[in-house]
Amino acid sequence: MRPFEYHRAGSVADATTHAASGAARFIAGGTNLLDLMKLDIERPERLIDISRLPLDAIEENEDGGLRIGALVSNADLAADLRVRRDHGVLSRALLSGASGQLRNKATTAGNLLQRTRCYYFYNPALPCNKREPGSGCSAIGGRNRIHAILGGSAQCIATHPSDMAVAMMALSAEVEVMSAGGEGRRLPLAELYRLPGDTPHIETVLNPGDLITAVLLPAPLKGRHIYRKVRDRASYAFALVSVAAVIKMDGATIGAARLAFGGLAPMPWRDRAVEDVLIGQSPSSALWNKAADRLLAEAKGYGENDFKSVLVRKTLASVLSDASVREI
Amino acid sequence: MDVSLKMDEPVAESLLDTTNQNIVSQPVDRVEGPLKVSGTARYSAEYKFPGLLHGVLVSAPMGKGRILKIDAGSIEKLPGIVTVITDYDTFLRNPAQGQDEEAPEQGVRDVSYFGQPVALVVGESFEAARHGAQRIALDMRPDEGRFDFAARKHMAEPKKRSRKAQGDLDAALAAAHATIDAIWTTPSQTSAAMEPHAGIAVWEDNKLTLYGSYQMLASDRLQLADALGLKPEQVRIVARYVGGGFGGKLGISAESVAAAVAAMRLNRPVRVVMTRQQVTEATVRRSNTEQRIRLGADAEGRLTAVAHETITANLDRSSFSEPASASTQFLYGGQARLFLNSIVRMDQLLSASMRAPGEAVGMLALECAMDELAETLGMDPVALRLRNIPARHPMDGLPFSSRSLAECLEIGARDFGWSDRDPRPAQRREGDWWIGVGMAAAARSNMLIKSSARVMLAPDGTAVVETDLTDIGTGSYTILAQITAELLGLPVSSVEVRLGDTDFPPSSGSGGSFGAASAGSSVYLACESLRQEIAEKLGIAPKDLVLTEGMARHGNVSRPLHEILSGPLTAIGTIEPGEMEEKFVQAGFGAHFCEVGVNAHSGEVRVRRMESTFAAGRILNEKTATSQCLGGMVFGIGAALTEDLMHDPRNGAIVNHDLAEYHVPVNADIPALKVRFLEERDEKANPLFAKGIGELGISGAGAAVANAIYNACGVRVRDYPITLDKLIEKLPPA
Amino acid sequence: MHITLSINGKDHELDLDPRTSVLDALRDHLDLIGTKKGCDHGQCGACTVLVNGRRINSCLTLAVMHEGDAITTIEGLGTPEALSPLQAAFVAHDGFQCGYCTPGQICSATGMLEEMRAGWPSHVSEDLLAAPDLSDAEISERMSGNLCRCSAYTNIVAAITEVAEARDEAV
Repeated sequence: MRPFEYHRAGSVADATTHAASGAARFIAGGTNLLDLMKLDIERPERLIDISRLPLDAIEENEDGGLRIGALVSNADLAADLRVRRDHGVLSRALLSGASGQLRNKATTAGNLLQRTRCYYFYNPALPCNKREPGSGCSAIGGRNRIHAILGGSAQCIATHPSDMAVAMMALSAEVEVMSAGGEGRRLPLAELYRLPGDTPHIETVLNPGDLITAVLLPAPLKGRHIYRKVRDRASYAFALVSVAAVIKMDGATIGAARLAFGGLAPMPWRDRAVEDVLIGQSPSSALWNKAADRLLAEAKGYGENDFKSVLVRKTLASVLSDASVREI
Repeated sequence: MDVSLKMDEPVAESLLDTTNQNIVSQPVDRVEGPLKVSGTARYSAEYKFPGLLHGVLVSAPMGKGRILKIDAGSIEKLPGIVTVITDYDTFLRNPAQGQDEEAPEQGVRDVSYFGQPVALVVGESFEAARHGAQRIALDMRPDEGRFDFAARKHMAEPKKRSRKAQGDLDAALAAAHATIDAIWTTPSQTSAAMEPHAGIAVWEDNKLTLYGSYQMLASDRLQLADALGLKPEQVRIVARYVGGGFGGKLGISAESVAAAVAAMRLNRPVRVVMTRQQVTEATVRRSNTEQRIRLGADAEGRLTAVAHETITANLDRSSFSEPASASTQFLYGGQARLFLNSIVRMDQLLSASMRAPGEAVGMLALECAMDELAETLGMDPVALRLRNIPARHPMDGLPFSSRSLAECLEIGARDFGWSDRDPRPAQRREGDWWIGVGMAAAARSNMLIKSSARVMLAPDGTAVVETDLTDIGTGSYTILAQITAELLGLPVSSVEVRLGDTDFPPSSGSGGSFGAASAGSSVYLACESLRQEIAEKLGIAPKDLVLTEGMARHGNVSRPLHEILSGPLTAIGTIEPGEMEEKFVQAGFGAHFCEVGVNAHSGEVRVRRMESTFAAGRILNEKTATSQCLGGMVFGIGAALTEDLMHDPRNGAIVNHDLAEYHVPVNADIPALKVRFLEERDEKANPLFAKGIGELGISGAGAAVANAIYNACGVRVRDYPITLDKLIEKLPPA
Repeated sequence: MHITLSINGKDHELDLDPRTSVLDALRDHLDLIGTKKGCDHGQCGACTVLVNGRRINSCLTLAVMHEGDAITTIEGLGTPEALSPLQAAFVAHDGFQCGYCTPGQICSATGMLEEMRAGWPSHVSEDLLAAPDLSDAEISERMSGNLCRCSAYTNIVAAITEVAEARDEAV
């Protein structure tokens, strides 16, 4: 870990101003940033401690949705009664992630911005385009059991590790960003992330100094909320595949469907065409397969991760079966 | 008086059966427990010294090559850096194997595996040293490495003296009513003790003291002295608490030598703690294996042929090869037999002993092969095993010292409810889960290693035990206190056990499940000698002496110890192996029964129930012995389901070198496991009549899981671990 | 940097490299060795401490970020002579072997029981809105951030259950 200048931010403006120049990083929970700094993968020259900024509230919006402060811990968000009652898929996703200790420290915005768990990104001795642009992707042609089958490029097939973000994607969350110039903006979570393409080291559309101040959840989605995470251990492991689903039945047919996927792609993955396959249809194995066909139309396996196509197909079918039980 | 016993004859009677203090075998709480749960037990990296320096090892960033230059100047100006220690000749290429009396291969200019430690950056703080170790400029010439096991396994060379054959295997297989011929593979594994390898070296008055995290101090001391060119008397190793070993800390490794070289050069105490990644990359692994098993049986299920051939990997000039057939050689009968180990030379970290070297992975193959054979024969797997328990060792004809395998199988099956099992796979479904049951036998050789201990009995009725044995979680402190208390008639709380210091009499060390029996026997002998001295002082025969509650009794006379003893009595007891191990097959046995669920959609596996029954001679402490077995069973579950140290075949790197991606089981993976011990005494093993227990629990445990998976969903996976990707495409329709 | 940390109810003045984790501050600067370093990356839980009553991994947070916070380590929960109920239960149930993960397990369990008391659900809770029950599955899931390679999991769950039940009865 390299030496850095430590600055405790007194306000959002103070934080963004200090972050605008040089190699600066905000630190709040620190559970991913310090992990990477210890490995000399993240190398900030300045750390701006935002952990004491007043961004830790969960407030109700006029539209019935929630405004979740960037610093709300994963544990608090999962345990919030409104989230448990109205946005069950989000609570479930959070509870399936990491450990009790990490959820107590990790923040909402930090969770969105956590970096990949690719083996090679985590090993500074080996090439990785995300860590060192132009050095090559070791996962392609290497050990890639945990890697992406969707959205990857010839430069990078690392996956996004978050569970929370997958649920938020299904819920059409937005993020609220404050820039160094003091301008606020909102953007859909889906637009926060960038696919790797030829620049896998650039993961979001945020500019230097941009600070996520909140996540906005729209009004509650009626229907069944399911988050299913498939992993190598019963707990405390990253997803091989995860499915966030909110399905609202309209009599015998599917009235509304929201689906997002983890473990498959460099970003939490939502494909509205998959949802469109379902809407207005009656539940059936054939329909689930059709949805999976749509999801996997562009899928590409790299050997060890080929199984993910089958795994997500079967997991999706099981989730949809459970979610589409006709409400009595 | 110092006494020794060589186990050339059975011990007619153990004092533990006659002293009647009701202390040995009881589930006594760990005597050091309050220190551990309050965080006051001090482990190796936790000693404080004025002027302590912090060292961080520099890891080679490639799997094969030669160091041209390590540029100390590149970091010496960084804040807090003291110096860079390079010693190309002295630093260890790889750790020592357990019990070696010489240094392991030294010399690090040539890099033999990815992550090999090549230098030490020393700083005034840990933060400074870590920074320096990451930034130092390393000029290396890469060489072509041998990293691809699959591509190289045809070059495996037989290990010397590993071939054992009897009868005409081919003929027996050809004539058999039923046969199995299949290959099982197991991946590299890492011990992953929770405490990383750590040492503090202090050089004073031409003597080195190492506060180290090792299992076998007597031989570690010889290795360290040899590595540093010191006399053994110049080296002291202290390891009062060791945060787990599992074989990973049997021999010395890079951190202690580097710390010692630095301390000797700088004349200041130096601490070196490996990072978790370095522990994984640069200590030892269990080799991956490829095991071919062939079984032949007649129509009644009697084995006629047993062959177990194993390919393992290791570094050049390292002769260790995971003896996967260790228990296969004596567990079941069958006239025609073949056992062989071969080694593929690889540029990957040292392969060495990890918990139950041999059985841990060998039984994953053998006990699944037996399950397949039972199915082929249409026999119950328990019945098949019962039918094949040999009267004597199937090759050398030796009798067994004690063996309750049949009882373990029968009682274990009864308690588990094995008879309710449907032998047909994929019959039982609960919600999203296929449910199945499986079983496997357990066996692990028992060993006795030369071991000494000093026991001092004070007139005030307190005793002190000293031996260089370590307690790596095995319960050594507690059982030695119990044995002493039992034999000297004292409460456990009046016995102080001092361990983990080479200033104490040398012991067997902790490894191979022999620590408790070996060191325990030395304590027994010392106590027996003290009892004789007391009897002599009283002018009575030792057998008439009763020691209880700090009093010496004979007949109706009862006197407190302080009236008999004018000063402390001291004895050193030494036990040595003898002819008993040549005349008898000595092993612990057991049986595992397991129920799993396999998710019908995802192929995820969950162990729902596991009950294991063991017999291993006298159980010295029911509580700590149970924990040892539980630990072994969980290791077995990990081996069956999650543990896979993944090498990159292009460069030799271990890609999952941390605890996020090397998956040891977590709490949620483990249901409430049950352990039961059967009464047994082994008078050929040692005066305690006890056999080793630390590795018995792992033997066969994973096979029971694998067999249950087959019973649940009808898929046989012979490539461990059984992760969901190996099941998912073969599952029955959901 | 000069900072003041409040640990186990006592203020400590320290001059620290800003890079110092809470874990290293405890172990290297305050001789509070009960908090263990197993992986230094939040992957094992041996370093678990309580900060303002919540369990966290002390390896993944900087000491300079915790001025004014109340840090509780294993040393603050009990002493060998006066063990906390959880510490005593871990001894009685043999909820450890080598002891290296143990302080982290006990700090984690201490925080975890408060989380359960506050009604937090877990990954294995059937109903997100119901009060969590004290089942083996609930405790195992909530304790899965603490690896134990000696694998005392069965006994750890038994120890925690005993303490939680006793406390529930006392309420």
